[in-house]
Amino acid sequence: MTEMVRAESVHKSFGSLEVLKGVDLTVPQGGVSCVLGPSGSGKSTFLRCINHLDKLDAGRILVDGELVGYRERGGKLHELSERDVAKQRQTIGMVFQRFNLFPHMTALDNVMEAPCRVKRESKAEVRDRALALLDRVGLAEKVDNYPGQLSGGQQQRVAIARALAMRPKVMLFDEPTSALDPELVGEVLEVMKGLARDGMTMIVVTHEIGFAREVADEVVFMDGGVVVEKGPPAEIIANPQQERTKAFLSKVL
Amino acid sequence: MTHPTETGRERPAAIKAVPVRHPGRWVAIAVLAVLVAMFLHLIFTNAGFRWSFIFTSYAPGKRGVMFTEPVLEGLRGTILLTVFSMLIGVGLGIVIAIMRLSPNKVLSTVAWVYTWFFRAVPRLVLAVIFGNLNILWTRIGFGLPFDKQIGQLFGIDNFDGQIFSVKSTDLLAGFVAGMIALGLSEAAYMAEIVRAGIQSIDEGQSEAAVALGMSRGQVLRRIVLPQAMRVIVPPTGNEVIAMVKDTSLVAYVPVTGELFFQLQQVEARTFVVLPCLVAALLWYLIICSVLMVIQFFVERHFSKGYGAAGKARQRLRDIQVEQGGRITT
Repeated sequence: MTEMVRAESVHKSFGSLEVLKGVDLTVPQGGVSCVLGPSGSGKSTFLRCINHLDKLDAGRILVDGELVGYRERGGKLHELSERDVAKQRQTIGMVFQRFNLFPHMTALDNVMEAPCRVKRESKAEVRDRALALLDRVGLAEKVDNYPGQLSGGQQQRVAIARALAMRPKVMLFDEPTSALDPELVGEVLEVMKGLARDGMTMIVVTHEIGFAREVADEVVFMDGGVVVEKGPPAEIIANPQQERTKAFLSKVL
Repeated sequence: MTHPTETGRERPAAIKAVPVRHPGRWVAIAVLAVLVAMFLHLIFTNAGFRWSFIFTSYAPGKRGVMFTEPVLEGLRGTILLTVFSMLIGVGLGIVIAIMRLSPNKVLSTVAWVYTWFFRAVPRLVLAVIFGNLNILWTRIGFGLPFDKQIGQLFGIDNFDGQIFSVKSTDLLAGFVAGMIALGLSEAAYMAEIVRAGIQSIDEGQSEAAVALGMSRGQVLRRIVLPQAMRVIVPPTGNEVIAMVKDTSLVAYVPVTGELFFQLQQVEARTFVVLPCLVAALLWYLIICSVLMVIQFFVERHFSKGYGAAGKARQRLRDIQVEQGGRITT
């Protein structure tokens, strides 16, 4: 299986605070990695480094064999232009904790915006695809609603459809259910399970242990800016080896 | 014990209570009514207003002063001046706001200096200065800066690095000088308004847009500015209205094709003071009222997706659909 995402010794500091202290991760094509860990452990920052929303200070990240944010030439790293970074980001979908839908556009326009404006695809074609995607996330009835008229769970499903409309090679989920009312979590997780079944490569930062156990190919436990433990969910969740993992799981399970 | 969800009891009669009385409000209304009557009395019983002078005819064979040819010319000038100086103000204001928010220190400092200068100088002073700039520079051109000095450095006398130039009395006089003065001043205020609007938008919006691969320009044009408009429009409406009134300052440039100047001219010819001033007042009231109506519709346009009204409409629609009704909205 080919590698889709490869992170090597990723370091990131905000001022004097070192958030990531050398994180490694590989996700094969079609693989699902769930990143668990207490808040402040650097999970979200790591995810944001993968699509270069945060710049890493040291280490490197490759998506589909391509270095993210830099170009290597003659043994020297050159920063990519804004345009090239934008091009890379087109292939990396991201779903945020607080949805971040565009409130001045309908659900359909939210999904159509990037393919039409960024990829300049034909509007009719994008429209068909967007409608199909919204149908797939169970929102065929809501295409003309503005985000303010949708529940949190519906908004997050639109956000997933919006990211998928760019046909990404990998999807990053940054605590996609943490801002939802408990009864709305299930509908979003269902959509994500469907995605995983269809072979999408996914990296999911989450607190939903049940989801990780069921869907993940690999569970990564992070704490204090490093990967403490990783492995198949059955091993990590049922039988953690490290003290920190045990302590965390005993709190959330 | 189980509680049935439907009790099966009859619905009690609707409450018919005696409403609370507000005697204070009635007293206030009475006082206001008397004041309004006094005001109308002052206006309509004083022959000095000379309403026919204002509305029907100010001299034999002429229309009322509000509608005479030179005053209508002046009105046109005032409206054009407002439109053009606001266009300069808004356009330049957006550019300066974006510069101000740039991570580049040079750009943001230049923008800061611009707003500092033009907010600190009164518009009247600025208008007069722009009317007199042609004394300082007789020609205005575009080309290599310090061309003569550079030429002398290499031993060439009268080296000309100008690409094109015009006589400044042609360009920087009257209407154009007034327009530029007002437009530059306005840009400083608009820059602050636009900056506030852009900064009011949640960071997550541009992050989501950037994550989709949108360029910085696209994020600004498609995502941030349309949302910022909700914050930008109301104060901009204020600015437009203020600009209508500030156009009267360009009389000192001097610009003659402007409403207040023209009415003062009539005043000087006829020695009828107050009716001319009232005519000016009425015209400004009319223009500004029209602008306020326009602002209402612009605000409604940019509040798409926000607000209780939209939600309520949607809910109504959902209910209608559920009940198999026709969608009316």
